[in-house]
Amino acid sequence: MKIAINLETNYEAVSDSEPLARIQEMIRPCIQCGTCTASCPNAFAMDPTPRQLWRLVLLGQKDEIFHSKTFSLCSDCYICTLRCPRGLPLTEAMDALKQIAAEENLTEYKYSTLFYKNFLSSVRRHGRVREMEFMTNYFAALKDPLAPFRFASLGMKLMAKGKVSLKWLPKARFPLEKMFQKINELEKRT
Amino acid sequence: MRYLYYPGCSLEGTALEYDLSTRSVLQAVGAELLEIEDWTCCGASAAEATSDLLSLVLPARNLAIAERMVDISDLLVPCSACYLNLKKVAEKTRKDSETLQKVNAVLAEEQLQLQSRVNVRHLLDVIANDLGADKIRSLVKRPLSGLNIAPYYGCQCLRPYTVFDDPEVPHSMEPIIEATGAKVYRWNMGAKCCGASHMNTRMEVGIELVANILRGARDADAVVTVCPMCQMNLEAHQRKISAVSHEDLNTTILYLPQLLGLALGISEKKLGLNLNLSISDGFHEKLQNAA
Repeated sequence: MKIAINLETNYEAVSDSEPLARIQEMIRPCIQCGTCTASCPNAFAMDPTPRQLWRLVLLGQKDEIFHSKTFSLCSDCYICTLRCPRGLPLTEAMDALKQIAAEENLTEYKYSTLFYKNFLSSVRRHGRVREMEFMTNYFAALKDPLAPFRFASLGMKLMAKGKVSLKWLPKARFPLEKMFQKINELEKRT
Repeated sequence: MRYLYYPGCSLEGTALEYDLSTRSVLQAVGAELLEIEDWTCCGASAAEATSDLLSLVLPARNLAIAERMVDISDLLVPCSACYLNLKKVAEKTRKDSETLQKVNAVLAEEQLQLQSRVNVRHLLDVIANDLGADKIRSLVKRPLSGLNIAPYYGCQCLRPYTVFDDPEVPHSMEPIIEATGAKVYRWNMGAKCCGASHMNTRMEVGIELVANILRGARDADAVVTVCPMCQMNLEAHQRKISAVSHEDLNTTILYLPQLLGLALGISEKKLGLNLNLSISDGFHEKLQNAA
């Protein structure tokens, strides 16, 4: 898929209260030099490229942004942040886009969003992640019957080494329920 | 040398051997580790992908407990992802009192308060700078001569905080590898990304990145890593990646402290060498010949 960006006419206003407005502020000084795209190890799989994505963000083109794979393919390697001649927090801006996709439960991103959310529910319950519980819940949430098979051979290897356990560990050691609740409360307020 | 110690979730499970080898090596060189009491997850890459505040609070809880424990300011972290998450909160709250207040409003739920006094250090920084190559050389009991070792740094111990190495062309592992008697394998993949959780969520992209790294290391005897995520990505899928790329990309992948431990004469069991997922017979053989 090729995305044509019309730099003159496709501007869409974003109200200050929208989450995208905060990201626009983060990258406002972008000069479209393309250092990010040239540096990104995942750019080959992205469409649009990081440089194009920043332009779409500034233009407020939410439809294009949230139908693209680009931000979900950011692996947080920070090479673009390191090299950006304007010193912009590009990796954090990618994360902020992931946050919007997670918050709005956009189905295009369910493989990564559900991965993060199920990871965090395990952490919320126990304080530390329990891989087996987390991956089991992740597969259940994906509703993709083939998903577990992609991980079966790794799971077997790890079990053979005693690194993950099928044992039922009933006790939550360090539940973080109160902090998670407080965060939800604060984030809804702001 | 005394450090507070944050192992992180991986080191209790999939990266058990990183914990074992880190503890064994630091004990052998006379360093003392005090594990943070009741530590919890740092948020990994999941918290920052869902909520800013959560991504600050999860690491902050551990820093607040660390501050309360003893009067040691250096917190040693072997996992690069945990290191970056903890470091980021330490830096942000030190510079920005509004962020500190926000974090403390949540920590109050657990009767904790962060002052932001802790100095977060990566294991590689501690090995390269506090311990140093000279000290290691003086303690080597079993020189690893004949081994050609590729240093793999990954991303998050180097970037975005450039604390102890060049973030694009890192060198900090080289004197350490040489101190063990091994040779440094010259390559340019040491600071390239392994794809992080792509191997779980976007496998075809992850495979491409890891294949490039493994291909780069083809003539090395082993790659050493300093991050559980990198280690897992490089070691766990070699058969599949070799099949997809129609070439043999099987390579031995070790954690840096495992390599150091071997040179210091620590037993393979204490270094958890039986727990790695890809140690070739050829590597075992060369290891025997080196001794």
